[in-house]
Amino acid sequence: MKTRVADESFGGWPPPVLDPAGPFATPLSTLTWGLLAMCAMVMVVVLTALAIALFAPRSWRRRLGGERLIWIAGLGFPVVVLSALLVWGLSLTARLTEQPQPGDLRVRVTGEMWWWRVAYLDAAGREIFQDANEIHVPVGRPVALELESTDVIHSFWVPRLAGKLDMIPGRRNVLRIQADQPGTYSGQCAEYCGGAHALMAFVVVAHAPADYERWRAQAARPGGAAPQQAAGALVFQNSGCGACHTIRGTTANGVAGPDLTHVGSRRTLGAGVLPNNTGTMAGWIADSQAIKPGNRMPAYPVLNGQELRATADYLESLK
Amino acid sequence: MSTPAEGSETGFDPAIYDRFPTKGRRPKGEVERLEEIWCAPKGWQWITVINNNYVGVYYLGAAMLFFVLAGVLALLMRTQLALPLNGVLSQETYNQIFTMHGTVMMFLFAVPAVEALGVLLLPQMLGARDLPFPRLSAYAFWAYLIGGLAFFCSLFFGLAPNGGWFMYPPLTSTTYSPGINADFWLLGIGFIEISAIAGAIEIIVGILKTRAPGMSLDKLPVFAWAMLVFAGMIIIAFPSVILATTLLELERALGWPFFDAERGGDPLLWQHLFWFFGHPEVYIIFLPAAGAMSTMVATVSRTPLVGHWMVVLAFLATGFISFGVWAHHMFTTGLPSASVGVFSAASMAVSLPAGVQVFAWIATVASGKMRFNTPGLFVLGSLLIFVMGGLTGVMAAMVPFDWQAHDTYFIVAHLHYVLIGGMVFPLFAAIYYWTPMASSRALSERLGRWVFGLMFTGMHLAFLPMHLSGLMGMPRRVWTYAPGRDLEWPNLISSLGAVVFAMGVLIWIIDMVRNFRPFGASAGNVFDGGGLEWLPSELYSTRSIPLVTSLYPLWDQKNLARDVVAGRYFLPGAPTGGRETLVTSPVNAEPQHLLPMPTPSGWHVWAAVFTAGFFLLLTVQAYAASVLSGVLAIYCVIRWCWFLDHPLPQARVDVGAGLQLPTYVSGPSSTGWWAMAITLVVAGMVMAMSVFSYIFLWSRSAQAWAAPIAPVTGAAAAVLCAAGVGLVWIGNRALLRAGKLGPRLAAILTVGSAALLALAWWLDMAAWRTTGLAPDLSAQGAIVHTLLAWQAVFVAISLLMAGYVALRWAFGYVAAGRPATVQLVGLFIGYVCLQGLIVVGLPRVFAAAS
Repeated sequence: MKTRVADESFGGWPPPVLDPAGPFATPLSTLTWGLLAMCAMVMVVVLTALAIALFAPRSWRRRLGGERLIWIAGLGFPVVVLSALLVWGLSLTARLTEQPQPGDLRVRVTGEMWWWRVAYLDAAGREIFQDANEIHVPVGRPVALELESTDVIHSFWVPRLAGKLDMIPGRRNVLRIQADQPGTYSGQCAEYCGGAHALMAFVVVAHAPADYERWRAQAARPGGAAPQQAAGALVFQNSGCGACHTIRGTTANGVAGPDLTHVGSRRTLGAGVLPNNTGTMAGWIADSQAIKPGNRMPAYPVLNGQELRATADYLESLK
Repeated sequence: MSTPAEGSETGFDPAIYDRFPTKGRRPKGEVERLEEIWCAPKGWQWITVINNNYVGVYYLGAAMLFFVLAGVLALLMRTQLALPLNGVLSQETYNQIFTMHGTVMMFLFAVPAVEALGVLLLPQMLGARDLPFPRLSAYAFWAYLIGGLAFFCSLFFGLAPNGGWFMYPPLTSTTYSPGINADFWLLGIGFIEISAIAGAIEIIVGILKTRAPGMSLDKLPVFAWAMLVFAGMIIIAFPSVILATTLLELERALGWPFFDAERGGDPLLWQHLFWFFGHPEVYIIFLPAAGAMSTMVATVSRTPLVGHWMVVLAFLATGFISFGVWAHHMFTTGLPSASVGVFSAASMAVSLPAGVQVFAWIATVASGKMRFNTPGLFVLGSLLIFVMGGLTGVMAAMVPFDWQAHDTYFIVAHLHYVLIGGMVFPLFAAIYYWTPMASSRALSERLGRWVFGLMFTGMHLAFLPMHLSGLMGMPRRVWTYAPGRDLEWPNLISSLGAVVFAMGVLIWIIDMVRNFRPFGASAGNVFDGGGLEWLPSELYSTRSIPLVTSLYPLWDQKNLARDVVAGRYFLPGAPTGGRETLVTSPVNAEPQHLLPMPTPSGWHVWAAVFTAGFFLLLTVQAYAASVLSGVLAIYCVIRWCWFLDHPLPQARVDVGAGLQLPTYVSGPSSTGWWAMAITLVVAGMVMAMSVFSYIFLWSRSAQAWAAPIAPVTGAAAAVLCAAGVGLVWIGNRALLRAGKLGPRLAAILTVGSAALLALAWWLDMAAWRTTGLAPDLSAQGAIVHTLLAWQAVFVAISLLMAGYVALRWAFGYVAAGRPATVQLVGLFIGYVCLQGLIVVGLPRVFAAAS
């Protein structure tokens, strides 16, 4: 079983669009290859016709130099090719936009400027717990993602698992994804959403079913400070971090920023900007604006090195 | 005229054509007189110039300036993206620059460039002395130049818009874009659209009404066909973006929630309105270029275009189908799959006319013998690049593939292939091809080959790798990317390609500086083209206006150039003693009348300055100064129009070989009537898009809408509007009566209909006031008040026009024999009355769901 680590999951080779990992992406890859073949074929036809028109002896050229060429190559040939493609495309569209099935896992993903709020729902659509910038799914089971936005338009895209779908204020779009192998699959906001649009990534993490159940039970648990992290927890509390962030089981219950209950277990910080460890966490708290300009979290230059380290240690302990 | 001939459109006797070319010598001094009449203003007065030979060159020059400026922005972007996490540009600067690159290329380069090409070439190709409204084209140019430069300069103050050229709300709402950056876009672009529409009206009337006699539609040059469809598409498409920018500006300035989901609006309304304009826009840019390609491919192959009619029908088909494809920009918004299917099919169908054109060009090359000169190379390069872009376009029209490709660098590659292959390369071919017509020296063939080679190589180096980086997951509009994602190589190659492309453009600039010498003698027909534009010409165009009997008159009509220069065709002199051109019928181009043309003037220049001032001052929220500037603009327009409706002493003149034509006409045979009718189509399209917006918003949140208001006042207002139409109609009948009474009665009825219109609006507004429906609390309030405000603007213009008629009465200009002003004002007010019926009726039909 191959599990890519966070950084590797963002690799561009082989191109993720052509390297599908589930039933909602595989037909798209097949289609892409088919379309590329069509392009190659048409280019050969055009280049051949052009080469004859330019360089061939007069008798050859005369055959192409009339309206017959336009009727056959300019109109008839494209009508046949396009009709075939259209049937393929539309049947695929219908198949891939089927309504979610009752057995689908339900997850609500909300695009925020510039991160992803992830809420795991029960079968009735009630929220069980929140997380951010990572979506954990079991392999082999379709997941219905309810895509929403409360600020501007974003677009949810995990090329190895499915095509993209927009997150539009006032609307709810449902995208189904499914991973067939455990692993991490990188995603990225695809609709320009202002300032830090370029730095708005996420990962989908697919677990074997038993691993997924273990992860979910752990993730639903409240967090909280181990005794040795009390100093960091105090800095966190006194600096007002809880006004924007929630750590379940503590007084921190803000909802503006990502839920930090299990932040220490995340693969990245700042929605895919930095690897997650104590050093990067301290750097992020001290001056996230230098790392991801325009993000909604103010810099905390008031914290001294010791306080920073204590807070970062505390947050990293929240696994 | 004598007995109406069979098959004639206007009762014109085609036997008169047999008198041309005339025999004998022309009187002495005729040419000198023409030169004197058409000479350009000297010294500082040059700014008042209106001749298309000048305005066309200025216009194209300004467009190329914006091409270079937006190209510099592209180089900056490619510098930033050459390396991962590069620090050349900050995030905010990059976001402003990519927004400006797209906006400037689309609105300040592409559309104006092809429009400029039309202004420069059409009168020559059609055998007209000038376009029918030369001051209007000069106005459009100055408004565009001033507005465009001010808009571009916002970049230097960090005030440039940063919401992308598509300006999607809610990102561009005041909540997420509080600065005036977005207002620069909305007001600046909205204003430049007006300039584009003015140019389009000019081009339509010019093509339909000022062709050389005998140039019936089947002999209309293919470039003019393309420009006709192009201008028609502007008339249909641009009103949509004018409405969209108005709505968004209303939301920003006054809080009217068209796009705010929390108050019943919908962000997707913007996308529908924007792409209803935005996609046809691509074909708007492409069609004139395709027309130029079709012209040049025939010349460089030394043979007529194969499949001329198929190409013309392909232009028309492109125009129609392109209005059915807008939602392919919205495949990832979760549209219902039925409509997705329709738009996908239409998006593929629109590639069929493109296929026809491409193979018509190949067939033309095959039937002749290609010359590999610079225009020829650019034509071939364009063909290859455009086919590649078209193919990736077919890919993107496949909905499931688009889910992957949408908003990635794959689409960046696709659109640049289409636009560079479909527009930029044909434009460069056109510049190399037509420079000998406009300049006393041709451009250098040696440098031209370098320009082509570098641009062609650079283009592929820059954009071919982007297909791959898109499939590798690189989204568009990103100011940087992380290392270690394998994106380094494709991006570095793209950046190098951009530099190579820029070197090509740089050599072109050098070539222009060395060789482009406009406004004097022309270098002549160096490529041996077959169109009228290659006739020897001066500022007055050709000495006489030829009789056209062929699609390629210079190839097929023997001695044409010699006879034209000798003055053996129409209008060899200036029979009225002023600037003038022939007006012919729209289908058969039968001579109808002589159109006296305006002289250079400062009023349209000042009107452009103050119109620009109005919009720019509005942007920086200097409201008082803005209103003052607006009032001054209106004053300038009135001064500009004042002497246009002015009968000449000679009611009929001889335009050659004894053919007598009137010098004053009104009604559908006049150019003014056509211009007004087209303007009203623009207004009607804005109204149609408003109705669409109304019903769209209603369908989104009808359950929250307030109940319909009392029908009685509505009925009363509707009756008043209908009565207004009636008055205008009676007035129009009275106008044609002889004597003093008719014109005066018509003037009174026209002014009266404006009063009825104002009363109807006031009644309706008062009724809405009593309901307490607030414009800033719900989408219903916002859209109802938009309809009322829109109608208020038209009522105000109607009252202004009524006042104008009254003023002309006071000067004694409301009299028999000059009905045009009253007639056109009546036409406008009649339209506003009909629009009033919609404004009164629509909100009463679509209200709360019962």
